[in-house]
Amino acid sequence: MTTVAPVVLDSEIAPTLGHVPGTLDQAFLLSRYQLRDYLRARRFVLMMAIVAAIGAILSFILSYYHGSATVQGLTSSSNAFYGSFWAGGVTVVIIFSGIIFGGDAIAGEFQNKTGYFLMGLPIRRASVYVGKFLAAFAASLVAVLFYLAILLANGAYYLSASQAFPAALGASFLIALLYLLALLGAVFLFSSMFKNSLYAVLVVAVLFLFGFSLIQGLISDLVKIEPWFIITYAENVISYPFLSTLPAHVTTTTGPGGRFATTTYNPTYPEGLAIMAGYFLLTAIAGLYFFEREEFT
Amino acid sequence: MTPSIEAVGLTKRFGSFTALDRLNLKVDGAKCVGFLGPNGAGKTTTLKMFTDLIFPNEGEAFINGVSVQKDRKRALAPCGDLIESPEIYPSLTPREALEMSGALRGMRPDEIRSRTKVVLEEVKMSDWVDQKVGRFSKGMKQRVNVAASLLSDPEVVILDEPSTGLDPRGMAEVRNIVRGLKKENRLIFMSSHILSEVVDVCDEVALIDHGKLLFYDTLSNVAKRLTRNATSVELAFLGPISDETLSAQVASVPGVSGVSRVDAQRARVMITGGAETQAQVLERLAAARLGLVSFEPSQSALEELYLQEISKGD
Repeated sequence: MTTVAPVVLDSEIAPTLGHVPGTLDQAFLLSRYQLRDYLRARRFVLMMAIVAAIGAILSFILSYYHGSATVQGLTSSSNAFYGSFWAGGVTVVIIFSGIIFGGDAIAGEFQNKTGYFLMGLPIRRASVYVGKFLAAFAASLVAVLFYLAILLANGAYYLSASQAFPAALGASFLIALLYLLALLGAVFLFSSMFKNSLYAVLVVAVLFLFGFSLIQGLISDLVKIEPWFIITYAENVISYPFLSTLPAHVTTTTGPGGRFATTTYNPTYPEGLAIMAGYFLLTAIAGLYFFEREEFT
Repeated sequence: MTPSIEAVGLTKRFGSFTALDRLNLKVDGAKCVGFLGPNGAGKTTTLKMFTDLIFPNEGEAFINGVSVQKDRKRALAPCGDLIESPEIYPSLTPREALEMSGALRGMRPDEIRSRTKVVLEEVKMSDWVDQKVGRFSKGMKQRVNVAASLLSDPEVVILDEPSTGLDPRGMAEVRNIVRGLKKENRLIFMSSHILSEVVDVCDEVALIDHGKLLFYDTLSNVAKRLTRNATSVELAFLGPISDETLSAQVASVPGVSGVSRVDAQRARVMITGGAETQAQVLERLAAARLGLVSFEPSQSALEELYLQEISKGD
C-alpha cells in the first residue's frame, strides 16, 4: 500500500478574504462568464445558423424575384423594404433567441446542477438571475445584429445610398430591443417556474411560436376584446416607424348582409410600448420571486 | 475570530417526511469534524441549509455567527463548500471557472492567479487547466470542484462526501488534501458515510440518523466510550464451537474481559490486556486445534458505535 504525504497549502501566498463585490457588480461579473459559455456552445452556432438561413432565404427571394412587381414595390423605398423584412423577421429571430438562450437559463441551473457551483458562493440569487438575464440578452443581441447586418447588406444593394440606412430603422431597432427584453422576461419567468429544462423550453416555444398568436386571434375574433395583455400583440409596433399612417386602433368589417362582423385590433404606439415595458418588469420580478424560493433539492 | 458553524433548531420537512428534526449542533475551533449517518439520515439536507441551497422550515444555520438564512452573502463569504457534485458551465475551462469563482468572491486578479495554480496542483489538475470542463470525467470535475472550494483559502470548509465519484487513488488524494487543509484557524465540516475516511482525517465526529443528532464527540472519546480501552477481536472456526470450549480456552485467559458469540462458528473477544493477551489467546486456540481459521481485530470503535447507535433507531 502506498502512502501519500499530506499536502500543506502555502499559507504565505494564500490570500486574505477579499471584499465581496456588490449585487450588481456580481451580476455583471457572472454575465461575462455566462456569455462566454453561450458564445462557445452549440446553441450559439444553432442560433447563428437559423439567422443565416432566414437571411439566405430572404436574399434568395429578393434576388430571384427582383423583376416582379411585388419585390420591386418592396425595394422602392427604405420604409417598404425594412417595414417588411426587418419588422417581419426580427420578431422571429427574437423569439428563437429567447427560447435558445433563455429557455433553460434558470431551469438548467437546477437540472444540470450548475447552480450548486454558483449558489455555494457568497452571491445573492438576484445577482445570478440578473447576470444570466444580461448574458441571454447580450447573446440574443448578437443574433439580432447578425440579422440586421444581413438586411443592411441587402438594403445597400437594392436601395439607393441615401435610403440604405434610414432613421426609422434605428427607432424600430430600439423598439425591437424592448421587445427582446419583454420576451426574455417572460421566458425567464417560465424558466424559473420549472426545474426541468425541457419543460421550460417546450412551454416557452409552444407559447411564443403558436400559443399566444392563437389566443390573440381567439380573443379578438370571438370574444371581441382587445388582447392588450398578450405580449405578441405588442410586437406590431416594431413596424410602426416605417409607416406614414399608423393603422386604426380598432377596425370592424362586416360581411355580406351585415353578418360575420370581424374586429381587428392594433396597438397604439404608447400601448405597444407600455405592454412591452410592463411585460418586462412584471415577468422579470415574478421570475426572480420564483427563483428566490426554489430549492436545490 | 474562531471559525464556527452552528445549527439552532434546524428543521426541514418535505411534505409529511421530516428530513431534519430540530438539529442543534455547534462546532467551533480549528478542527476537522466528520458528519456521519446512513443514506437519508439528513446529512446533505443539513449541509444544504448551511449553504442556503434549501430553506429550513424552522431554525437557523450560522457560519461564524452570521445567519445563512438572513444574510447568505456575509455568512458564506468566509466559507468554501462542495455540496453533492456540482457541474461547472461546460464551455469554461478550470482556469476560467476558478477565475469566475474568485472574482465573485472579490479576490484580486493576482490572488486568483496564484491560488488557481496552487489549488489545481493540489487536485492534480494542472495539466488540464485550459481544457473545457464539458469534456471531463465525473472524477475530474469533482477535483475541479474541490479546487474551487479551496480557492479563497476559506476559514470554514463544508464538504459533502467529497470523494464521491473518485477512483480509489482519487479518494486517497482527497483524503490527503483534507488532511493537509487542517491548519490553524480553519474548521472543516465533512459529511461522509465512509467510516475509515472519517477516522483517517477527522478529529471529531457527529452522528445523525432519521434527522436527529445521536452524538457529537471526539474520536478518542468515541473509542473510550465504546470499549473502555478494550480491543475487540473476532474469531472464526471451521465448525461450530461450544460455549464451554470458548469459556475454557478463551474467557479464562487473564486480560480477556468478555466473550460473546456472533454465530455458531464465530465469536467476539474483548481484550483489555493488550497485545500480550491477544498473543496468549491465539497460542491457546492454536494449541487446542479447534479449527481456528481467522483471528482479526473487529471493526473500529467508531464503526461499532455507529452500528450500535443506528440500530437503536431501527
